[in-house]
Amino acid sequence: MIERGHHDMGGLPAGKVERSEHDYPEWQRRVDAMVQILRLAGRITVDELRKNIEGLPPAAYDKLEYYEKWVSSLTQTLIQRGLISTDELGRKMEEVEKRAKGG
Amino acid sequence: MPKVAERAAVAAKYKPGERVRVRKSAPLGHIRTPFYIRGQVGEIERLCGAFPNPEELAQMRSGLPAQPLYRVRFKQKDVWPDYRGPDSDVVEIEIYQHWLEKA
Repeated sequence: MIERGHHDMGGLPAGKVERSEHDYPEWQRRVDAMVQILRLAGRITVDELRKNIEGLPPAAYDKLEYYEKWVSSLTQTLIQRGLISTDELGRKMEEVEKRAKGG
Repeated sequence: MPKVAERAAVAAKYKPGERVRVRKSAPLGHIRTPFYIRGQVGEIERLCGAFPNPEELAQMRSGLPAQPLYRVRFKQKDVWPDYRGPDSDVVEIEIYQHWLEKA
C-alpha cells in the first residue's frame, strides 16, 4: 500500500536550512497556547495532532508553514473529539469573514 | 495521568548490548518508527522506560499496557550505504519494543 508516509522524509534531500531567528505573530502564539491548554486539560493528545498533520495531503503538507499545519491539525482533532462540529466551525468562519469585510 | 511505574506495562524483552532488527513493516496509522530505519539491525543502548503506545494514543485510545521504549544504536555505514564519515559514527533512535525482533 503506502510504503513511506509523505511526512516521513528522514534521509531525503531537504534543501537549505533557514537558521535565522524570527518573531512569532500573535495568531501563532494563540495556536501554541490552545494546544498546550487542551493537552494539559487531557482533552487531546499530541499523538492525535501528529496523526492529523501526517494526514494532510502531500501538496498541503509541503505548502503550509509550521503553525498553519498545527492549526489545521488542531481543528481536525477538535472535530474528531466532538469539542466542535464541522457545521459550527463553518458558520463561525463565515461570520468572521463577513466581519473582516465590514459587513 | 499516573506515573510510568503505576501503569500496566508490557515486560521488557531486551537488554543493553543485544542485537535487534527493526521490523520491516508499513502499516497505516500513526507510526513513530522512521521509514529509513525499518529492516536495519542495531544494538540496544538502553531501556528508556515504558510509555503508552503512541499508535493507539493517536486514535484516541489509552495506549495501555505501556510499551517498553529503547534507545537503539545503529552504525551510520549500515543505514546509509554511501555514508562518507568515520566507521565509528552512529545514529541512535528511540523505538518501541513491538517494532523490534531478536537479530
